[in-house]
Amino acid sequence: MSRAGSLRGYILVRLALMVPMVWVLLTVVFLMMRVAPGDPISATLGGKLPPEELARRQHELGFDKPILTQYVEYLWDVVRFKFGTTITDGRTIQSIIIENGGATLTLTLAALLVAICVGLPLGLIAGRYRETIPDAFIRVFGILSYAAPVFFVGLMAQLLFAKNLDWLPASKQASATVQALAPVHTHILIPDLLIEGNWSGVGDALKHLILPAVTLGLLVAGVFIRLVRVNVGQALGGDYVEAARARGIPERRVVSFHAFRNALVPVVTVMGLQAALLLGGAVLTEQTFSWPGLGSQLLTYLNNRDYIGVQGLITFFALVVVVVSLIIDIVNAMIDPRVRY
Amino acid sequence: MAATTTVPETPPVVERPYRGGRLARILSPFRQAKGVQRFMLLTGTALSFVFVFCAIFAPLIAPFEFDQYQDAAGRFPQQAAPSSAHHWGTTVNSFDVLSRTIWGARTALEVMILAVIFALFIGVPLGLISGYVGGWLDRILVLVMDALFAFPYLLLAIVASFLLKETIGNGIIVAAIAITVVYVPQYFRVVRASTLSARESTYIEAARAMGAKPRTIIHKYLFANVVQSVPVIGTLNAADAILTLAGLGFLGLGIQPTEAAEWGYDLQRAIADAGAGIWWTALYPGLAIVLAVTSLTLVGEGLNDILNPTLRRRRNRAPDIMSGSSAVGPASAGTVEEDAGE
Repeated sequence: MSRAGSLRGYILVRLALMVPMVWVLLTVVFLMMRVAPGDPISATLGGKLPPEELARRQHELGFDKPILTQYVEYLWDVVRFKFGTTITDGRTIQSIIIENGGATLTLTLAALLVAICVGLPLGLIAGRYRETIPDAFIRVFGILSYAAPVFFVGLMAQLLFAKNLDWLPASKQASATVQALAPVHTHILIPDLLIEGNWSGVGDALKHLILPAVTLGLLVAGVFIRLVRVNVGQALGGDYVEAARARGIPERRVVSFHAFRNALVPVVTVMGLQAALLLGGAVLTEQTFSWPGLGSQLLTYLNNRDYIGVQGLITFFALVVVVVSLIIDIVNAMIDPRVRY
Repeated sequence: MAATTTVPETPPVVERPYRGGRLARILSPFRQAKGVQRFMLLTGTALSFVFVFCAIFAPLIAPFEFDQYQDAAGRFPQQAAPSSAHHWGTTVNSFDVLSRTIWGARTALEVMILAVIFALFIGVPLGLISGYVGGWLDRILVLVMDALFAFPYLLLAIVASFLLKETIGNGIIVAAIAITVVYVPQYFRVVRASTLSARESTYIEAARAMGAKPRTIIHKYLFANVVQSVPVIGTLNAADAILTLAGLGFLGLGIQPTEAAEWGYDLQRAIADAGAGIWWTALYPGLAIVLAVTSLTLVGEGLNDILNPTLRRRRNRAPDIMSGSSAVGPASAGTVEEDAGE
């Protein structure tokens, strides 16, 4: 337990810690998906197929093997990035990730952008001018944007901006024609359209993106506001800020240089955690706006009780979150030496 | 409070509520709060009372049952706009929106209380022990909890309720368990983190130096200090639980409409209505969620502001400089005394 570690040492330890973490995660997923009685095949297709056919399929996919063998095989498959083939529509999980992941990626990145642009400035203002009228308004806004479920905000936005005002499209990723004619390069709609130079298509896609991205972004912005505000408040009460004041540094500089910068360090950590909130929120947002991403795929498989589909996508989501949190931790260790151990 | 102005002959009675008295202690955040803070805390509390009132007296307040689609006069109209018969309109299933919204408060409160209690009873002790004892137990617990925490919380609840639905069935308890799975790691992490930092502090060191056993330290010193953050997390988590429940309902994985009225489910049914420009089926259940969550969040944040010593220190900066005591030690200890004596 050496206290003073180097950055490289920290990264190595963090990487090493990731292995048991992923292992525990995969075990949890496996156990959760297997506590249900019966095997995935009969849970999904039971009653729809003759028994011989069921047995044949079970044998094909190895569900008649002992549970421990299945567990080892599952882990081995994940290590090789093989997440299986869905039972109901026979797509491989990889192809789902490639084809639908782009939509989710677009939505979450756009939402994160909205959240940062709205959350950070408002949080800083509220933290700087604590217990004044602007602070009260910003706090209430932050609380409301967090308290309002994304699907409710989304529905209201659809009613107002799409139905009543008719400014923006209500749902889907692009107009039917744009979507149908879009070429496939990266499986992400907007870059694909950009590569083709289809500018009206890009405009159409961006218009479709606004409502879902703002809806999801405001949710995360609420978290940012709360966090930044509290951190700025604590930083302004910190000894180093008092010390800076005592040295006669102008208040403006104390606030912007000493307090704000230190207040933003924990925000980086929490941004990593927001990846989970974003993904969860994306499932709801996608459902509200008929957005063809991974979340809506997951729901389809949940409703069809396709265990392989659910298990594969959940495994993938879990891996994404682990990798994102790894990256954020390393970035955080670079900024703040106190994090290393 | 009134005693101070009217009854001069009983000074000890005036002194009492400030020092002892459970009620006074519960109410002390309200007295300490000032200005905007006080306003937010009071608004939150008032709204919470409205929410709880609706939940408890739903059968008396709501004009109809949550699953009632007809009365003596016949079947209710479908998707009818708000009118004198149905103040908030009706849904596609002819349910009365007003009634379902009021009944929904009851469902939300039940699930919320169950989920928070379950999560508290599992998360807090685990966090305390793990944080103080350390060693391999701590490592394993952290590993498992971090793994659960790394799951996007909604996905975790989705999977949990999907599987529980397949095995046990639907209902309020099942929804509460699915939500509990999400919040145990949160309590664990927060309690463990504050235990870890408290473990290194001077008063614990002093206790250890005096030969206190780990059990005593956890009970007498750590618990009281760590538990201060729990009411805040508790209220914020309760707010979160309502959102998660609604999210599950919205995805069709929550409580089924025949068992209880649930806001999230109602909003799911409202997606189709929104396309037709029908707003009342979405607006009212949604507003109910927003109000319930906001009120609990206001209470949680208000408590956090008042109970969190790091924030308090800054507010009392001016008097501290005057008294000169803050330069010596942790300022919070001095100011807490000051506030209590005020």
